[in-house]
Amino acid sequence: MNRTRYDNRLTFWYNSRKCWCNVTPIFSFRLVILFLLTSNYLFFEKVVAFTQEHGGEYERADIERGAQLYDEFCSNCHGSEGDGVGNVNLKAGQFRRASTDQIFRRILTEGIPGTGMPPGNYTASDMTALVAYVRNMRDFDGGIVTLGNVLHGETIFYGKGRCTDCHRVAGKGGRQAPDLTAIGAIRGAGSLRASLLNPTASMLPSNRPVRIVTQADEVIHGRRLNEDTYTIQIFNDQDYLQSFEKADLKEVTILDASPMPSYEDSLSESELADLLAYLVTLTGLR
Amino acid sequence: MPKHLVLLFLLVLLFPGLAMSQVTTERLLNANNEPHNWLTYSGAYDSQRHSVLEQITTENVQDLEMKWVFQSRTSHHFQATPLVVDGIMYLTQPPNDVVALDAKTGRVFWVYEHVPSPDARPCCGFSNRGLAIHGDTLVMGTVDAMVVAVDAKSGGPIWQVQVADPSAGYAITHAPLVVNNKAIVGMSGGDLGIRGFIAAYDISTGNESWRFYTIPAPGEPGHETWEPCTPDMEHCDPEAWKTGGGAVWLTGSYDPETNLTFWGIGNPGPDYAYYQRPGDNLYASSVVALDADTGKLDWHFQFTPGDRYDYDAVQIPVLVDLDINGTVIKAMLWANRNGFFYILDRVTGRFLTGNPFSRINWASGLDDSGGPIQTPQGPGVPTYPGKQGGTNWYSPSYSPNTGLMYFSTWEGYATVFDSAPVEYTPGQLFTGSRNRSPIVGVPEPPAVGRGHINTWTKAVGHGSVLAFNPLTGDKVWQWETYDVQNSGILTTATDLLFVGGREGYFQALDARTGDLLWRAVTGGNTLAAPITYEVEGSQYVAIASGHSLFVFGLRQP
Repeated sequence: MNRTRYDNRLTFWYNSRKCWCNVTPIFSFRLVILFLLTSNYLFFEKVVAFTQEHGGEYERADIERGAQLYDEFCSNCHGSEGDGVGNVNLKAGQFRRASTDQIFRRILTEGIPGTGMPPGNYTASDMTALVAYVRNMRDFDGGIVTLGNVLHGETIFYGKGRCTDCHRVAGKGGRQAPDLTAIGAIRGAGSLRASLLNPTASMLPSNRPVRIVTQADEVIHGRRLNEDTYTIQIFNDQDYLQSFEKADLKEVTILDASPMPSYEDSLSESELADLLAYLVTLTGLR
Repeated sequence: MPKHLVLLFLLVLLFPGLAMSQVTTERLLNANNEPHNWLTYSGAYDSQRHSVLEQITTENVQDLEMKWVFQSRTSHHFQATPLVVDGIMYLTQPPNDVVALDAKTGRVFWVYEHVPSPDARPCCGFSNRGLAIHGDTLVMGTVDAMVVAVDAKSGGPIWQVQVADPSAGYAITHAPLVVNNKAIVGMSGGDLGIRGFIAAYDISTGNESWRFYTIPAPGEPGHETWEPCTPDMEHCDPEAWKTGGGAVWLTGSYDPETNLTFWGIGNPGPDYAYYQRPGDNLYASSVVALDADTGKLDWHFQFTPGDRYDYDAVQIPVLVDLDINGTVIKAMLWANRNGFFYILDRVTGRFLTGNPFSRINWASGLDDSGGPIQTPQGPGVPTYPGKQGGTNWYSPSYSPNTGLMYFSTWEGYATVFDSAPVEYTPGQLFTGSRNRSPIVGVPEPPAVGRGHINTWTKAVGHGSVLAFNPLTGDKVWQWETYDVQNSGILTTATDLLFVGGREGYFQALDARTGDLLWRAVTGGNTLAAPITYEVEGSQYVAIASGHSLFVFGLRQP
């Protein structure tokens, strides 16, 4: 059978359909070997927990077929990014009811009474494909990202990379940049790698830096958290949450350049692989 | 004043209870003469959603305050327009409850619960947009494709009729339209491969009086627009008409002079895989004019022939008598999802004029008969407007005071349309969508709303309320919102315009200038349309937003 096994433990597909920037996937045989040599129990422990929950392995062909089915049957409500329904984020795995693939399939068949989730009349293979895709939405792509050593990555994260100068994990670190406690659940390795190499191109709209000038000519810098027609909510560089009426301001400038440095030159390929290996283990408090 | 009217007036004075008299055909025909009530989905048969109440003005609108809130028990999209009849408000809450409330205080008299069948397959949530009333009978369509009649006083059921198979995607989401003694409804489900129809039910018995299929069968006029497949047509379905869509999502309008009732018809099915259904695909993406007594088609006008963009004609037909250089034109105004604004002669269906109101590249313009000169974009090229359209189903308003049409729009919004062949399975989405956002890395705004955090940028598009001069095709003013816009609109004789939005605000604008005069926080996405009414001398404005209905009135000194 000419099918590629898709294995959560070894490779992470990143999303090139909706990719955050133009990144050439690394495919270094040397790094794969390095990973195999250096992978450790901690990482496998995490992965084993995941695989027990969801069966672990999904056929690549099923994931691709599932992506098509998702566009057809699911995206109208759930959105192409999986976040179209309030309090549900399929990409981030935020759907409490489908805790196992078996329950997931039952929900696809029976719907969720009293909600907008209708019952569906899917074939068994279509259900397999939909489950496979939704379980892998955040990592779906056409390329491969290689992961390194988790413990090395953790050392880089808190040391050489100085990530916690601005980011925060489980209550430790800075607040100027987004909290990364669950970043591994929200974003795939491919998109995380893109962020490390080209932070500006992969910055989410809601995280953009903002420069605000008040009527009293006070200049405030911060990170945009939310915005509407009349107001803007930021986290300022003095560690405060602030909300403004735009009408009260002289200037609101949304900046396109991320304050995060690129790690393209400051980390080697193997260090990047290590850092990514650590980041994907950050899936929230356990 | 005729003698019997004097007598009626005296009786009402002597016996206030009689004010809650039955809603007769006569009252529905003259709904604009009793502006303290809101008797049909759009306020009156002409669907202008305009009120002549004058207590709330541009000068005192700042004094509006919240008078009461009805918190629905649902987590579904709350899209209902209430009716108000002599101090009693009738509201639907999703999926299909009918609620009677004191319109002054919000206290509930009764709730009628219709529990939809588990077979229901509404494509886009368990929504209901409202009721119709005639006599003492309220009529509601349900998401499991039933028409239900409920007694307006007791809240008890009178009759219910199953009009189509819900497991095949048939549902009713709009408020019925009562004309004479018939409740007229259309089917939603155009994205699930239904064959749409509009049908009329006797208000007393529930018996079906007539049925008009929006997708004509072989031998019926219009069927020739479902062209036969030829051997070179890949994926062509020779029986595409059977799953041809043509849903009805919104309440129609009625012109008593011609006894015609007008209905906007949704997309052909499948939405995007147009090669499965060659031809113009009547009466999809069209307006049809039907005889209200027989359901016989009098005329039709197709806005988007062979629609491949889901440019549903899911708008409210707005009936206006336009004075053009001293000549009165019996017109129908239509801001279409495809980005063009049309004026049709509502007596004949003849195209009079049309102008784009938003960025358009799917067509280079309209020909003399109103047909689009289509310019399909190549693979990967963004098409304007995007799949949600330049506008959508949100109720517009026409103000006879200003002569302007007001509607919510999505500006600068494009979709990279793409499709794949799709096989019909009863009860499943049947669209062929492979569409994409044109902005890499930025999600498309979802169709019906978002959470509390704005996760996309204005680069994807933004919303606006547009004041459009139908005669000149000019945008008189445009009031922009940061997010895209999906609220219905109400105007009043005091040149106020009320509109909600996705961002959780409810606003009053100056209908002449577009200036913001007042805003309140509702804290939820507004998908419904506002109404206004009066009880005991006080004017109120009501809007469903989030999961609640908010009612505002002037602060008493």
